[in-house]
Amino acid sequence: MALKTEEMVLNMGPQHPSTHGVLRLELELEGELVLNVRPHLGYLHRCFEKHCEAMTYPQVIPYVDRLDYLAAMSNELTYAITCEKLMNIQVPERVEYIRVIMVELQRIASHLVALGTFGLDIGAFTPFLYCFIDREKILSLFELTCGARMLYNYIWIGGLSHDLHPDFIRLAKEFVQYFKPHVAELNNLLSYNKIFIERTANVGVLPLEAAINYNITGPSLRGSGIKWDLRKNDPYSIYDKFDFDIPVGKGTFGQVGDCWDRYFVRVVEMEQSLRIIEQALEQIPEGDVTSALPKRVKPPEGTVYARTENPKGELGFFIVSNGSLNPYRVKVKPPSFVNLTVLGELCKGCFISDVIAILGSIDIVMGEVDR
Amino acid sequence: MKNDEEIFEILKAKFGDSIIELNAKSPFEKVIVIAPLKIKEVSYFLRDDSELDFCSLVLLSGVDDANGEKVELEEGFKGIQGGTLSVYYHLESINQKQKATLKVSTSRENPEVESVSDVWRNADWHEREAFDMYGIKFLNHPDLRRILMPEDWEAGYPLRKDYRNPEFYQGMKVPY
Repeated sequence: MALKTEEMVLNMGPQHPSTHGVLRLELELEGELVLNVRPHLGYLHRCFEKHCEAMTYPQVIPYVDRLDYLAAMSNELTYAITCEKLMNIQVPERVEYIRVIMVELQRIASHLVALGTFGLDIGAFTPFLYCFIDREKILSLFELTCGARMLYNYIWIGGLSHDLHPDFIRLAKEFVQYFKPHVAELNNLLSYNKIFIERTANVGVLPLEAAINYNITGPSLRGSGIKWDLRKNDPYSIYDKFDFDIPVGKGTFGQVGDCWDRYFVRVVEMEQSLRIIEQALEQIPEGDVTSALPKRVKPPEGTVYARTENPKGELGFFIVSNGSLNPYRVKVKPPSFVNLTVLGELCKGCFISDVIAILGSIDIVMGEVDR
Repeated sequence: MKNDEEIFEILKAKFGDSIIELNAKSPFEKVIVIAPLKIKEVSYFLRDDSELDFCSLVLLSGVDDANGEKVELEEGFKGIQGGTLSVYYHLESINQKQKATLKVSTSRENPEVESVSDVWRNADWHEREAFDMYGIKFLNHPDLRRILMPEDWEAGYPLRKDYRNPEFYQGMKVPY
């Protein structure tokens, strides 16, 4: 005789360590099996878009930092690029190089958090600490540059707030040499760990077609096996000057587009970022970084959409300008928000423990989801 | 790769009056304006036609045009009556390497737009957000409710230009 069973609704979050912030997942369960996932957002909503309408264009930058607070430099770059497109400003070459160096360092820092916490979610505590040691070094470089460790307000519309510290180039070169072997170490520690592979390979497989229809971007899209990176496909800044590869998921331990693929794309991306930083540090020209800063940011009327490849995916700003000092409307295209939409689809029919793995592998930051 | 004029001509030939104009007011992008109740049909065509092939919706954003009449509703407070709310769609084709921007405008008093969440799945949450912030109703949306604001927020739609902060939320004084 079979036991009587019924579906159960379980709340995961909002204060759950592996939801990466205050995200509440409403899980419909049949035993261990997940039938449906309904994410509830908005716990970190702080009216970013409404605030922007009351501020001048440069005043928005510190708020932009707080979107994806693990990759503040990248957010600033995107916003600056959007405003520069509106104002038709050409920035000096040195500024472009410094921006690329900062953004790529930021990409490594953001991926280190993503990889570390992904391991942590699954039960591997040690790699998390190793990742944070390395991230610490990057944050120290940022601190040297602009005094802040997380929220920088460094990349401004038309330039930078100030030039690099005289020691920066030397220390950054040292960091590149220091960090190179650590990727292999991380691979030994986590990527090729048997338990880790068992937990992530063949779990949460995201087929390419679905990924594109959902407009998933960044490492999560590339994990599904398509070479789509805005640095190559829709180049901005000076990325066309550098030599680097775009890693894609190959299905090494399971199907293409599983959690392990999404994870490993990030690992390889860190190596590629190191390559870019190395080239940029060699080629960086002298110059004045504040020469193109506009006295007053008052763009012409019009709408503009500009985007960059953030560590988490495609970040874009849609700005409607009415010709005044304040933006009429700022709409963010937050990669985490869009990538989170696919969670319900991926989690159908998997186990509760897999939900954690899937959520960790799409790498979200709630500051950006809720804005 | 097709430019905005070519895409506009293709749509115009196929859908006639539903395609209103090619708006080139902005120096940065040209916008194809579409009738709000035809957007779903047009979107299906844009996605499935092999030459257009707009496989992903990059961004869907609501905008308050605030082009209506300013009326003093209460002492010291001016509301907006009439005019339009708009929705912008930024589309991208990965295979054809082309982009397009669509726009629909709908009345402020009864804002209704066809939902495109069947066409591009990520539109679901974007539309919920536009509903949350502007009160734009997306017809045939599977689950249209507030997404970022509290579900019991009764003070209206925050990103409308004539929005007023409430004094109380659920009996609690809101400090500003």
